[in-house]
Amino acid sequence: MTDETPEQALETHETHEAQEAPDRKKIPGTGLVQGLATTFKNMTTRAHTHQYPDVAPELPPRTRGVIALIEENCTSCMLCARECPDWCIYIDSHKETIPAPTTGGRERSRNVLDRFAIDYSLCMYCGICIEVCPFDALEWSPELEYAEYDIKEMLHEKDRLTQWVETIPPPVALDDAAEEPKEIALAQKAAAKKQAALDAAAQAPAPTETETPPPAPNPSDPSASAPPEAPASNPSDPSASAPPEAPASNPSDPSASEQEAKGDA
Amino acid sequence: MSSLTWWLEVALRIVVVFLGFMVIPLVVGQLEHKAMAHMQGRLGPMEAGGFHGWAQLVADGVKFAQKEAVVPDAADRRVFQLAPAVALVPYLLALIVVPVGPGTQVGVDLDLGLFFALAVMGIAVLGPLMAGWSSGNKYSLLGGLRSAAQLMAYELPMLLAAASVAMAAGTLSLTGILGAWHWYWLPWQLIGGFVFFTAGLAELQRPPFDMPVADSEIIFGAYTEYTGLRFALFLLAEYAGIVLLCLLTSVLFLGGWHGPFGDAHLGWLWTAIKTFVLAFVVIWLRVSYPRLRADQLQKFAWTVLVPLSLAQLAITGVVRVL
Repeated sequence: MTDETPEQALETHETHEAQEAPDRKKIPGTGLVQGLATTFKNMTTRAHTHQYPDVAPELPPRTRGVIALIEENCTSCMLCARECPDWCIYIDSHKETIPAPTTGGRERSRNVLDRFAIDYSLCMYCGICIEVCPFDALEWSPELEYAEYDIKEMLHEKDRLTQWVETIPPPVALDDAAEEPKEIALAQKAAAKKQAALDAAAQAPAPTETETPPPAPNPSDPSASAPPEAPASNPSDPSASAPPEAPASNPSDPSASEQEAKGDA
Repeated sequence: MSSLTWWLEVALRIVVVFLGFMVIPLVVGQLEHKAMAHMQGRLGPMEAGGFHGWAQLVADGVKFAQKEAVVPDAADRRVFQLAPAVALVPYLLALIVVPVGPGTQVGVDLDLGLFFALAVMGIAVLGPLMAGWSSGNKYSLLGGLRSAAQLMAYELPMLLAAASVAMAAGTLSLTGILGAWHWYWLPWQLIGGFVFFTAGLAELQRPPFDMPVADSEIIFGAYTEYTGLRFALFLLAEYAGIVLLCLLTSVLFLGGWHGPFGDAHLGWLWTAIKTFVLAFVVIWLRVSYPRLRADQLQKFAWTVLVPLSLAQLAITGVVRVL
């Protein structure tokens, strides 16, 4: 400090607030005043406290409050009970036989769920049971007010677990760029096939309507679900690699026509 | 007849002073609850009494009264039981001589008012010493010894700063000091005011001078073994001490009932405003600053406050002679 040049000292004096270097000379007590200013500013700004019992908490959409049971989906397979790290799931079930649907057929048997209980005094909210359930019978619910006066009462039975199903929020909307869920993709594929069959049936009487000849899959392709009329209208079509749903495209759809043209080339 | 009115007047004065003594520390305590909470980004008590927890300290008092008053086996029973009273009663006595307004708005207009107030405040600090010595607990003993060391160091600058005002006014009577007060005393006695207030904080063991009750080191110092009502009395003594310190500082250094206008009728209001502003500063300092170490405490007292108070005495003397 003592070996500072006068210029440096002047500069330090002018910009002492901006400079945070400990070696620089500060007006004594600056830090004390800053401390007072900080606490005073804190006092005049609103506290962030949420007064919980009076004001409902704003929970994030995927809050893990409690595990709810969708009873219809449960097959009593016991996977959740066996995967549970602290064995807090209790399942009792019995088998029932269903009479044969056709005469001379075999009787069918199915599991009937008698008891499904989760001991929330043991549960550590890991969510493994929800992950392993093959039929999505367990789901996170944001419900959080299920405290009891006795630890024994934390063992919640089926009736209580199914009540919480109502509080499960709908799934969060997918991202715009996200891949479609498998189930929806399969369903759309099946619908497209059916539509293709219908379209092909409608097109068969007048095949010259379209500008480009409608492509058809190779008749030898076993996966192709081409209608019987398609190969008949274009027997010499070379596009063997055309996707099976290609005929399903609407002839008036330009993008579909383009794709077909490329496939032809 | 005149004897009857005299007794009535005495009784009334005692009742008013006692009520103030019981109520104002609670108001300061509630102020501390709320101001400290908001400075720390909290809300403080919100439930007791309904509106923003105004009755929190009443509820605390009821709770303390219900608790068992334990006296440890190893304790010196008599001293242990007497210590809270020794800590609390002197502040009540000192309050009697502090004027809140002009004329007769003072419990007792004592000629030696300043001397009396400082003397009984000096007794009050014996409370923690007695508690620490008699508790039969090493933390209490450490706390008591720390109190003793701290009080030794800070009593001197406090008295010197007060003496400066007495020198300036030429009287030890608190009403006399206020009668002689002029606005230019503010800058004149500024250093003395700072020294008096700071040393008073240290005598009350308020943060940042709370090493004798540092909870992270010695639990609660001299009060460690206290429970129930006796503990509550110590807490009340702390807040009564804040009130008295702020009152004395405002009377000695900030002009007491002198205000911008209406001194004759609004004098009590000016005193109250000054006192509560100072009490807020006490709380503000508690929230803002960390605790001083033992060596820092001693160094601050002997190398900063004592020289400053001596300088104030010199300034007062020079100005008086001029």
